Amino acid sequence: MTALKNPSRRTFLKTGAALGGGLVIGVQLPQAFAKAAVTTSMPNAWIRIGSDNTVTILCARSEMGQGVVMALPTLVAEELEVDIKKIKVDFAPPGEVYINSMLGGQLTGGSTSVRDGYEKLRVAGAQARVMLVQAAADKWGVDAAKCKAANGMVTGPGGKKATYGQLAEAASKLTPPKEVQLKDPSQFRYVGKPLKRLDTAGKINGTAQFGIDVKLPGMLYAALAQCPVIGGKVVSYDAAKAKSMPGVRQVVQITDGVAVVADSWWQAKQARDTLNITWDEGPNKSLSTAAVYQGLSEAMAKTAAQIRQQGDVAQAMSGAAKKLEATYEMPFLSHSPMEPMNFTADVRSDSAMLIGSIQFQQMALGMAAAITGLKPEQITIKTTYLGGGFGRRIDLDYMAQAVEISKAIGKPVKLVWTREDDMTHDFYRPASLTNMSGGLDADGKPVALSLKMSSPSVTTRLFPQIVKDGVDPLMTEAILVPYDIANQSVGTVIHDTGLRVGYLRSVSHALNVFANESFIDEMAAAAGKDPYQFRRSLLDKQPRFRNVLDIAADKAGWGKPLPAGRARGIALMEGYETYMAQVAEVSVEGGAVKVHRVVIAVDLGRMVNPNIVEQQLESNIVFGLTALLYGNITLKDGRVEQTNFNQFKLLRMPETPKIEMHIVKSTEKPGGIGEPGMALLPPAVANAVYALTGKRLRKMPFSLA
Amino acid sequence: MARLTINGKTREVNADPSTPLLWVIRDTLGMTGTKFGCGAQLCGACTVLLDGVPVRSCGTSLSAAAGRKITTIEGVGATPAGKKVQQAWAELDVPQCGYCQSGQIMSATALLTTNPNPTDAEINGAMEGNICRCGTYPRIRAAIHKAAGTKGA
Repeated sequence: MTALKNPSRRTFLKTGAALGGGLVIGVQLPQAFAKAAVTTSMPNAWIRIGSDNTVTILCARSEMGQGVVMALPTLVAEELEVDIKKIKVDFAPPGEVYINSMLGGQLTGGSTSVRDGYEKLRVAGAQARVMLVQAAADKWGVDAAKCKAANGMVTGPGGKKATYGQLAEAASKLTPPKEVQLKDPSQFRYVGKPLKRLDTAGKINGTAQFGIDVKLPGMLYAALAQCPVIGGKVVSYDAAKAKSMPGVRQVVQITDGVAVVADSWWQAKQARDTLNITWDEGPNKSLSTAAVYQGLSEAMAKTAAQIRQQGDVAQAMSGAAKKLEATYEMPFLSHSPMEPMNFTADVRSDSAMLIGSIQFQQMALGMAAAITGLKPEQITIKTTYLGGGFGRRIDLDYMAQAVEISKAIGKPVKLVWTREDDMTHDFYRPASLTNMSGGLDADGKPVALSLKMSSPSVTTRLFPQIVKDGVDPLMTEAILVPYDIANQSVGTVIHDTGLRVGYLRSVSHALNVFANESFIDEMAAAAGKDPYQFRRSLLDKQPRFRNVLDIAADKAGWGKPLPAGRARGIALMEGYETYMAQVAEVSVEGGAVKVHRVVIAVDLGRMVNPNIVEQQLESNIVFGLTALLYGNITLKDGRVEQTNFNQFKLLRMPETPKIEMHIVKSTEKPGGIGEPGMALLPPAVANAVYALTGKRLRKMPFSLA
Repeated sequence: MARLTINGKTREVNADPSTPLLWVIRDTLGMTGTKFGCGAQLCGACTVLLDGVPVRSCGTSLSAAAGRKITTIEGVGATPAGKKVQQAWAELDVPQCGYCQSGQIMSATALLTTNPNPTDAEINGAMEGNICRCGTYPRIRAAIHKAAGTKGA
């Protein structure tokens, strides 16, 4: 997602100053703390310090693999002056202070976590440190300037020492400083260093708690039958057989279907499968993939909302020596995180405890309040580790279902979807069509470029207030090329195909980068120019783009001979304020594309943790390769045809290419890294396949048949 | 009542004999390190060792597991190969979301127990049943080589 708001430094500092106002509304200490003998103080909303010197840093973003549980506390710890290896991390409850100022909600997405937190969290750490030092100075009756904080301890004149644990209570009563001095990056101990993740230990011994692992006292288990056509409703149902089955406690109808509640999940699921339900399949009961693309194609006839109108494309095209056009087609995709949707809810008459894997804490609170009729302050929401998210857990249908079931039965319940439920009831990455046309002059220089795209809009459903004049800012990411082409026309048409859509990793970058970077390659070929040099010649005003392009080409050995049957392709993008180029080396074996090596050059500005940056680059290559080889959700009779991993295939180890990463040392502000890479691999691979075979791949997933 | 031997301990379980071992382990015994991914033996997230052999617990019934030695992620560190695998995983920071990692570690442990020096092709063969949506494959491969003391390609 793009930054919906660009917070200024002033905003950051203002937010920072607001942090220290003691306990934040909505923060509730877990029972373990309440019962323990240690007392806990919170100098601000991000830090808890126990009298036993335990330092807990709150992470206000959801950890779904992208490493925020390490990166964000690192920023706090850097300025707080504590040993990063000794900190504990808890996930923050919903709270105003935890709102992502780039997105306007407590939401994890858009590769914004580090960008939003880079200064804010350091300010929070520095504020708390200043308060701890002041508390020590007050205690000793000395000038705070004569005291120093390091490794969870304040030292003062004459060898005086006090631990943070001894000072925390007094510190939390002080007024937070309005202004704090942040470290110069040259002084960083942790930020920018390839530290190991603190969540690894629990993830290799089975103790890390995901939503699906939650257990509450007296908890029952639920399986839910939903209409096979998304959006359909229950007309009637027969649960006689289900109710007679072992372990089954109750069968309840909720908004989205019929739930069976049992003593174990397996019993619930077995009984659910016997339900005899008559559905009203709703308006999408006949929807097919062919109809979806026909609709997208027809939408192309509509006037586009213009994103860029520069020069005169029609005139430039009429005078062009060479003209070309192409249409690119992208499919629906499912998120398919490894942890299927699930949620645990304990709704009572005066309170609710909700625990699970979610990406949008505020929406969770709002939805839960609406369903239960409880006040927000009566609702506790806890976020666990997410077994993958990729945007799926921004939509909280599964949470609402668990809340409804618990409310109906008056008991704590864990709802678990099957993989089939998950794959057929996703909010799918939008399908799209993009028509491109371009013109070259007699020297092969591009003089005109036109792009028109039609696609469903996720934002129209989720955040309609930011869709203005027909433009969904999350449909137009990377839609503008960086290339110096005098005449350009770029526009989009929002078209609802019927199937519900959601944000998926890299969101519209994947749609637009594929079209743009494939087409610029087609223009280079039409001009008879090398695709790397052709791009480069159009980037005189774009040094960060040109730099990563040069590095990727150089490191990949661009232009150097390859073994027979292999070829390279190149592609370039900016996404989430990160600049990236990739070179893919491919062959075609048995009619299938095989990717052998991917070279990435990336400039993401300042980094918090290069180890996690590398993880995310690797992750994006696997994700992008999955999409280009296999990713395809199709519809028949309104039903999603793919139900499990035999039909919606995910990349496996033997298909994983060699991945080489070159990260530019940069002092620019941080860019996002969780998402852009997957958008760039498909055009790099398609361009390599063209270099090898002369065949253009304009439709994903790629097929050479 | 079925008798299971899990991680060296005997547990009495009262569940229908056709119940998949996965749900017995997770819900009846409360050992949640073994994960549910697909329920169709396609993803490997639920992999446990049965007499040392990796099996998908979502497709293994309680009755088929009774009386045999079951090893899960909670106990794999007590085996020499499992300990090495976990150490290598930690050193290379393999996990991202972490959800599939229990299954990955069980498959890697089974591989190294029977083949202490696997080639890349042998690693591919042993690990291709385990899906990682986060794409930790390069690090899994490197970690298996590290645990084996061999060099990767």
